[in-house]
Amino acid sequence: MIEIRDLHKYFGALHVLKGINLDVEKGEVLSVIGASGSGKSTLLYCINALEAIQQGSVLVDGTDVHAKGTNINTLRQNLGMVFQQWNSFPHLTVLENVALAPRIVRGLDKARAREIAEQQLVHVGLGDKLNNYPLALSGGQQQRLAIARALAMEPSYMLFDEATSALDPELVGEVLDTMRLLAEEGMTMICVTHEMGFAREVSDRVAFFHQGIMEEISPPEELFGAPKSEHLQKFLSKVK
Amino acid sequence: MDYNFHWKPVIKALPELLEASLLTLQVAAISIVFGIVIGLGLALIRLHMTGPVKWLASAWVELARNTPALFQLFFFGFGLGSFGLHLSPYMIVLLALSFNNAGYLAENFRGGFGAVPETQIRASRSLGMTAFQAYTRIVIPQVLRIVYLPITNQMVWAVLISSLGMLVGFRELSGETQFFASKTFRIFEYFAVTAVIYYVIVKLILGASRLLAVRLFRY
Amino acid sequence: MQPTATFFSGFTLNDLWFLGEAALKSMWISILAITFGSAMGVVFGWLLSVSRRAGALTLAPVLDVFRSVPLIIQLVLFFNFAPMIGLRLNPFEAGLIVLVVYTSANVATVAQAGIEAVGGPMRRAARSLGMSYWQDMRYVVWPIGLRAVFPAWIGVALGVMKDSALVSVLGYVELLKASQILITRTQETFLILAIAGAFYFALSYPISHYAARLEKRWTQ
Repeated sequence: MIEIRDLHKYFGALHVLKGINLDVEKGEVLSVIGASGSGKSTLLYCINALEAIQQGSVLVDGTDVHAKGTNINTLRQNLGMVFQQWNSFPHLTVLENVALAPRIVRGLDKARAREIAEQQLVHVGLGDKLNNYPLALSGGQQQRLAIARALAMEPSYMLFDEATSALDPELVGEVLDTMRLLAEEGMTMICVTHEMGFAREVSDRVAFFHQGIMEEISPPEELFGAPKSEHLQKFLSKVK
Repeated sequence: MDYNFHWKPVIKALPELLEASLLTLQVAAISIVFGIVIGLGLALIRLHMTGPVKWLASAWVELARNTPALFQLFFFGFGLGSFGLHLSPYMIVLLALSFNNAGYLAENFRGGFGAVPETQIRASRSLGMTAFQAYTRIVIPQVLRIVYLPITNQMVWAVLISSLGMLVGFRELSGETQFFASKTFRIFEYFAVTAVIYYVIVKLILGASRLLAVRLFRY
Repeated sequence: MQPTATFFSGFTLNDLWFLGEAALKSMWISILAITFGSAMGVVFGWLLSVSRRAGALTLAPVLDVFRSVPLIIQLVLFFNFAPMIGLRLNPFEAGLIVLVVYTSANVATVAQAGIEAVGGPMRRAARSLGMSYWQDMRYVVWPIGLRAVFPAWIGVALGVMKDSALVSVLGYVELLKASQILITRTQETFLILAIAGAFYFALSYPISHYAARLEKRWTQ
């Protein structure tokens, strides 16, 4: 379970998260929507400590992420993350991309790491690309590679930071399908997304961020069907 | 043209010249290894540190790049000699070349680090890698590919400027050539053959580098 | 006063003039070599770009030789070869000729890259506006190509300036040769080397940083 309490984040003088309180249960799929600059991506970075926070706390399975004694590298293994820019490692093959972290971070032996990597690549539909280099892959395939890479750490949570925003329109579907598959398998997911269709169909709850504040959070039918906040109404009328 | 060419003595000296070429290659190769290691260090210092250490690294890089190689050779020769530090000709050339290589390669490494996106580190850290792992496993291999061609060019450059060794009494290819030339006064013939040998060495380095690249970088 | 006097013992004001004069000689031979070498290099670069196959088979390998043989060897060879064909050259003349050819070989690749940096579509656009070949060259290729390779050209020019020190092996008393002579006489090794190094540095450092800044600005 992820528990976020009174989270404040500043970039210099800029107050980007203004007191966020949010619980994400095991098995839940939460979508986070909002205009760019609303702080939704920053929230993800605060959950796996890629960004420091200035006030409040984030607990993952009871461990305080931003506490001094926390081993952040161990904790991150449990929090898979997929970026907008897929960030595949260009100097490694598809299989090596996925097998590297299990080997050097989890300390698995080479054969076992490759086995897990292959499993995850088949899982996301890249079983036939194991020995290709990422640059030979389409954006959608590279993004699925990034998902497999995160899954190979066998995390309990997956954080998606606008995973489809940088993709050509015709490639968005394959990545969303992969995310949908994970959701069906019961993975706990927080998805920052601009894909309203995905948010509506797949999420258990949807959160709307506006200027660093979580203005609304409710099941999708409710949030999309009867938006309460004025900002959300405006936002939804624009994205449709 | 009323000059009679005499190639016989040069042909006779060919084994010695070829042996001296090996010395040229050796000193250039060792200086490149030093250049890579030190250049990488200088680049990292300039990217990540402040204060006097950074200042020293910058001074090294700028001096190596903005003064003649011959000046640097003189410095390691009679410059250090004036402080009572008398080095062998081999050491003078090796140190001067390494100093020069490190300065030039440091700038290439700096550009290389700049060319690997910050997000690669983020992605690595999100997988639980330590900062050190992210650097050694993800960033540096990519940087090495970017600086591979500059390193090759620097190796060629090191071979070319190692010829200055003849000015400090080092018997590498040029020094050996000068030794024979001054004995026989067949200066043109000796240096013409040496020019051909240098040309062949340079082509061999470029060819070997291309072959190695195919094996090293499959992406 | 006593300690300063001993520090400068062998080194007099006259010697400083001697160094200054030698520095001017270094600059003079560099400026000439860079000017004429660049002009020749641009022509070579243009030839290479227009006659890709013929250029690659004839001109390119010849220029390549001048980049693959140490400059010091080129100097010694030419200085000894010139008399054989009846040319009586002093060290300055011989050194300058070699430096000009060496510069042109290096500028040729830069110039070729500059011309090829201007893409086909852009040149077709220029021609479609009714520009002649030379108008296209003058108003499109030259300004755009120059921008693309100007920093690289500065690099070559500064390289030639530093490499000009090698003309000293022919006995031409440029800055480093003058330093060597003074060192032998005064034994003020460190002081004299520092002066010589400072001269090259003061010339090269600002220009190379200016070029780096330009490059950064232009690639944005």
